[in-house]
Amino acid sequence: MIDKRIDFDHLRQDFPILKSKNRNKPIIFFDSAASSQKPIQVLNAVNDFYQKDYANIHRGIYELSERASLLYENTREKVRQFIHAPHANEIVFVRGTTEAINLVAQCISKNESGEIKWQAGDEVILSEMEHHANIVPWYLLKKQLGIVLKIIPVTDEGVIDITSYQDLFSSRTKIVAISHASNALGTINSIKEMIKIAHQHQVPVLIDGAQAAPHFAIDVQALDCDFYVFSGHKMYAPTGVGVLYAKKIWLDNMPPYQGGGDMIETVSFTHITFAKAPHKFEAGTPDIAAVIGLSAAIDYLQQIGMQAIDQHEQQLLQQAEPALLSIPKLKIIGTAQPKVGVISFVIDGIHPHDIGTVLDHEGIAVRAGHHCAMPLMNRFGLSATVRASFGIYTNEQDIDALVEGVQQAVRIFS
Amino acid sequence: MSLRELYQEMIIDHGKSPRNFGKLDHASHLQVGHNPLCGDRLVIYIEENNGIVDKIRFEGTGCAISVASASLMTEAAMGKSVQEVENLFSRFHQLVTTGETMDDLGKLVVFAGVAAFPIRVKCATLPWHTLKAALRSSSNDSVSTE
Repeated sequence: MIDKRIDFDHLRQDFPILKSKNRNKPIIFFDSAASSQKPIQVLNAVNDFYQKDYANIHRGIYELSERASLLYENTREKVRQFIHAPHANEIVFVRGTTEAINLVAQCISKNESGEIKWQAGDEVILSEMEHHANIVPWYLLKKQLGIVLKIIPVTDEGVIDITSYQDLFSSRTKIVAISHASNALGTINSIKEMIKIAHQHQVPVLIDGAQAAPHFAIDVQALDCDFYVFSGHKMYAPTGVGVLYAKKIWLDNMPPYQGGGDMIETVSFTHITFAKAPHKFEAGTPDIAAVIGLSAAIDYLQQIGMQAIDQHEQQLLQQAEPALLSIPKLKIIGTAQPKVGVISFVIDGIHPHDIGTVLDHEGIAVRAGHHCAMPLMNRFGLSATVRASFGIYTNEQDIDALVEGVQQAVRIFS
Repeated sequence: MSLRELYQEMIIDHGKSPRNFGKLDHASHLQVGHNPLCGDRLVIYIEENNGIVDKIRFEGTGCAISVASASLMTEAAMGKSVQEVENLFSRFHQLVTTGETMDDLGKLVVFAGVAAFPIRVKCATLPWHTLKAALRSSSNDSVSTE
């Protein structure tokens, strides 16, 4: 039960961009799965930080730098609480989901001293619905080391086939890397069950949470995942910051990803000792202001409540899907339950880009294309879909406008 | 810019019922064009004799703009010399990027509206890039607008 009622229409006033225009019409923004808009609270936090508290972190001998360092490290603790991690030193700040997955792929395949540990023929399990960010880093490793990528098929509804998944494990399986929620279909995967299965085979699991973190509460301890990664910019924070959560044992046993300042203890030209995690993985000056913005975004989300956000988006889905399906020849790709607020659809005889252009003309921003998930598109025999994805500012009027816009496209092209 | 100015009747018509659609059995040039961003893919077949495009056909899938562009391009290129086709492309390119032209481009002027939608310029030019590559080479390498 939600004991407080959130007025989501009122929340829209927190987003200055909603007063801006797209093709000279009021913006109706349905591309939050690509990147969300930012509330004034986040924009102000970044601005205030630069105006009042900005200095480089972790090295200043002066109070201003101590203040900046404290704000930065407090965010680490806030992220820990947000995803229910046991320890703040298991939270590594990265640029985003993509960098987090590249980091894990490159580091987990080596030992603590940086020597390659994996061998040709070792296996990584991915699903057919992964975003390119959770395919390409493993493909690069395949090219480097000769590892094998084993792919879990997806059903016609857009669900990971658990039976096939179980059959993919072997003594050579090194890691499972799967998305919590699909950016292209919206499917929320049964990752708790999948993690349990992997652990029965002593295989660690990386969860790509980019499409989960903005939508519902995350509990990495309940999930028992080994790695959980997500981006700030999809959850109302600025671009330039993302999070890698990893169990301490992994962080301790992985070598640094990049070398530079802030990640060392002592440096000479003959010997270097590295700082402990998380600092070992944060070489150079990070995007400090984006981290401060992430802190404000978490405050903002928690003030609303992740449960209220989830419920709001589920209500919008219940309104939008039947309304869209009432349009002749429209087919929704990804009909799994449960889903996050993502609707991918096609209309027989009208190319998604033409639908996108008609909507664009009405001020409505959708995505039309392969959504960085080409293997998934191939699975469904499509080259592209139209994708409408929701944010906390999406409302019923937006859905009405979307449906009307799609109907207009049908009128033009039939 | 209204939607009807972009999606003129002729574009809708050629998008739905493309002319010169299909294979050519005895093509002297064959070229695949691909726009990975939107998945558009087309194949252009040409029968060239003494520097003249005698026959040209295409097949493939894409949005209304790219299919209509390919269809109207085949009509425009048929019977022209290789040099004339290349000149026509540069004038067409100017049309879809600026919305204006000093030349008589015939039916191709229906694409003037594309200039207001920069992201769609590639849709209109993919067939032309593919045609140009086809005429410059007898190999069947793929061209891409990305």
